[in-house]
Amino acid sequence: MNGLALDISMTVNGEQVAERVEPRQTLVDFLRDNLGLTGSHVGCEHGVCGACTVRVDGDIVRGCLMLAVQCDGAKVETIEGLSDSGEVADLQAAFEQRNALQCGFCTPGMIAAAQDLLKKGGVPSREEIREHISGNYCRCTGYQAIVDAVESVAQARAEAAK
Amino acid sequence: MKITDDSPSVLTALDRPNSYIGRSVPRPNLARLTQGRGQYVSDVTLPRMAHVAYVRSPHAHARIASIATDAARKSPGVIAVVTGAELAKVMTPWVGVLTHLKGLKSAPQSPIAIDVACWQGEAVCAVVARSRAEAEDACELVDVTYETLPAVADPEIALEAATPVIHASLGDNLCFERKLDVGAVDKAFAESDVVVETTFVFGRHTGVTNEPRSIVADWNVGDKRLTVYQGTQAPHMMQDLFAKHLGLTIDQVRVLTKDVGGSFGIKVHTYADEMATAALSKLLKRPVKFVADRIESFVTDIHARDHRVRAKIGVKKDGTITAFEIDDLTGIGPYSVYPRTSGIEANQVVNLTGGPYACPNYRARTRVVFTNKNVMCQYRAVGHPIAVAVTEGLVELAAARIGMDPLEIRRRNLIADDAYPTGSASGLKFEKLSHHESLAHLDSMMNYAGLRAEQKKLREQGIYRGIGFASFVEVTNPSAAFYGVGGARISSQDGATVKLDAQGMISIHSGVTEQGQGTESVLAQVVATSFGISLDKVRVVIGDTDNTPYGGGTWASRAAGIGGEAAWQAGKALRGNVLAVAGAMLQAKPEDLDISNGIVIDKTTGNERLGLDELARVAYFRPDTLPPGFQAELMATRHYVPRGWPFAFTNGIQASYLEVDTDTGFVKLLKHWCVEDCGTIINPQLVDEQIRGGVVQGIGAALFEQCLYDERGQMLNGNMADYLVPMAVEMPDIECGHVVSPTADSELGAKGAGEAGTAGAPAVVMNAINDALRPLGAKTLTDMPFTPGKILRALGKV
Repeated sequence: MNGLALDISMTVNGEQVAERVEPRQTLVDFLRDNLGLTGSHVGCEHGVCGACTVRVDGDIVRGCLMLAVQCDGAKVETIEGLSDSGEVADLQAAFEQRNALQCGFCTPGMIAAAQDLLKKGGVPSREEIREHISGNYCRCTGYQAIVDAVESVAQARAEAAK
Repeated sequence: MKITDDSPSVLTALDRPNSYIGRSVPRPNLARLTQGRGQYVSDVTLPRMAHVAYVRSPHAHARIASIATDAARKSPGVIAVVTGAELAKVMTPWVGVLTHLKGLKSAPQSPIAIDVACWQGEAVCAVVARSRAEAEDACELVDVTYETLPAVADPEIALEAATPVIHASLGDNLCFERKLDVGAVDKAFAESDVVVETTFVFGRHTGVTNEPRSIVADWNVGDKRLTVYQGTQAPHMMQDLFAKHLGLTIDQVRVLTKDVGGSFGIKVHTYADEMATAALSKLLKRPVKFVADRIESFVTDIHARDHRVRAKIGVKKDGTITAFEIDDLTGIGPYSVYPRTSGIEANQVVNLTGGPYACPNYRARTRVVFTNKNVMCQYRAVGHPIAVAVTEGLVELAAARIGMDPLEIRRRNLIADDAYPTGSASGLKFEKLSHHESLAHLDSMMNYAGLRAEQKKLREQGIYRGIGFASFVEVTNPSAAFYGVGGARISSQDGATVKLDAQGMISIHSGVTEQGQGTESVLAQVVATSFGISLDKVRVVIGDTDNTPYGGGTWASRAAGIGGEAAWQAGKALRGNVLAVAGAMLQAKPEDLDISNGIVIDKTTGNERLGLDELARVAYFRPDTLPPGFQAELMATRHYVPRGWPFAFTNGIQASYLEVDTDTGFVKLLKHWCVEDCGTIINPQLVDEQIRGGVVQGIGAALFEQCLYDERGQMLNGNMADYLVPMAVEMPDIECGHVVSPTADSELGAKGAGEAGTAGAPAVVMNAINDALRPLGAKTLTDMPFTPGKILRALGKV
């Protein structure tokens, strides 16, 4: 380990964690390597592909562009937490039903991004969905199935809210 | 949710009770992926595991004068620093040639460069440390002295006398050349009313898999076995190669492939850094992990499509195509990639150009040359996007010259639907294609006449929309003719083992692999149907050379057609075995029984006779109650390889509707259609999603993607911010349709569907852009990708 290390603590998926980390360590490497939360993926490490998308204090961020030390005291949520809480269960079911994933590497980030849009409420247009997930790279599907899945969940949630 | 599914019912001979053939059932393996519980190689950690990072050549061509490693060895966490010369003691080099590509030559390639680095990004030294970060820190301390050599960056000059020869032992920079001259080409051109000649240029691009290439190699000295966790499409091929170059038997190597974060042909090759990682594990006697970062992916994942094709078509006024001629040049980097070679794409361009048309006159030449850029090799739809864009570009240019509608010229020249079996001028053999039916289906699906009317009306308002088409053929289900006959130990056959467990459930072990295509679903659907059980009672085991029958893996659209047929046959064989047990238990003739929904029934009445759980209980725990001498066989294996046809050709047609902003040069894709004939459709949803994903990859080639190099062989845009890939907002909705012409080479009748989208999309986008700009007198655009700058130049605006 080079140079100084810092003690940080944060809430990850509802659990309190305290670790000593190097200042250079990214949030996604911290989640994967220190905590074993391998659902967040590392695709480009420069903030383009979105495979490392996680939620920090309620906002989605790039786990590769944020340092672990910046999350000291924060509330971090990953796909593991979003899955276990059931918050995105309908999105996951729609992705499975619509085959909105092939290799699945982008999917945790894609679901986090989609949930970020849908929790604002209402039924976004297909164009709005496409715009919102345009920071998340999927090489497999061509995106249409993802748009279909997100749109169907938006409609179902709006219907349920009536 | 809008799920468009135009697939006709295809139950026919496959219509077993409760058939899953032709049904869009969800894939069984998705929940773990949506929950982030997959296991990609990048997720794997093992006890004592070390991480390797590679020092890579910053020069396209340089002699390695010296490597000073002392400072790196002292860096915190470093376990070893290993040069190419040191690694050569545990691993032999390789040469990527195939004997059936006559004359193809290449030079020996080492896992880590020794003496000379031949492209920017080639590994010259390995640093193994406790963490990747520490390995990278120490890479900075490795002091390599390079003597730069002249770089051959442009394929056009690679063969000139004044150009340095990259590998002196080869004599020149020509890797492979093929010529073909069929019919009477000169006479046909002379008799044509119009001859169109132009040059098509295809940007060098790459796969950009979301998960970079990853490997964990674990040499266990105690077992004398190497276990390799690798994101690969072909575990048995890799097992063979690791064994061969480490001096092991294949029995000593186990390749495990679980989840793979995208492949598209990128992960079916031998990569020097992955081979080096296996060698390092053997050298250091501990697990070693390598995960490429994104810049490493850009400069070492195979590139593809860097082709320049001078092309010519002759037509008569009535639209008859008289001849095609092409002269193709491609620069493949400094080595032909092992073991599939870098000659295949060019060979495919020669084979496939003109493929859909009944035109007997064809002349072709291709030259494959060495350059000092990253290596090129087979990537999704190998050669097809080039051949299709050349052919279909020429056809639409010719149609425009004689004033004929682009669909009409195709109607007049596409091979007739009743002409099969037949072949192409280049010698391809076609069992059964459906060009005309596909075209008719597309015409009505897209409301072609309506779109033309809309296009005309909008032009009057200064809005320039274009419609482009491309008919194509696609190579699928390759037999040994693809690689085996050339001496490569790449299996064209595949095996499947189907077992009945002690609760009456089924497992399938197959040699084909999954990288997201839906292989597991297809295997489960096929076996559930041929055996006679519900899908939820079927489990699939793949990606493990210790536990699956020998097979080729998943590439060239072979998993469903070849792996699926082996599984179909194995399911049938196990049904026969199980019915023999049932006959013994029920004192009935096995041929009077069947299995439906996991229950043994009377074939004629459908009456339920015996549950499989009970049958398994007796067979496994009370075999003493079965007749003397009777032995239950509750596991069956079958293998399959296509023998009737060297390849199962599919066909299809695509269309694009787009709008060009003539002020900015931006292209807005409005809609895309694809009608495709892949024979029997096992899962319509999976076929459509293969098409859609493939189309978008082809759109990337047409509009965005290019590995830009300067004249020194330096890649200029090796990151995802500068190398543009398709993102959701730019992509259109894609409508899929199908025609079904099963192959008679298998009982299942399935052909491949993985590459049709990528094959045709670049051509249709090109043709649509040119159609949009034609009234403005723009220069014809044939140089992909069609960036806004190129479009504005074609319009004369910049």
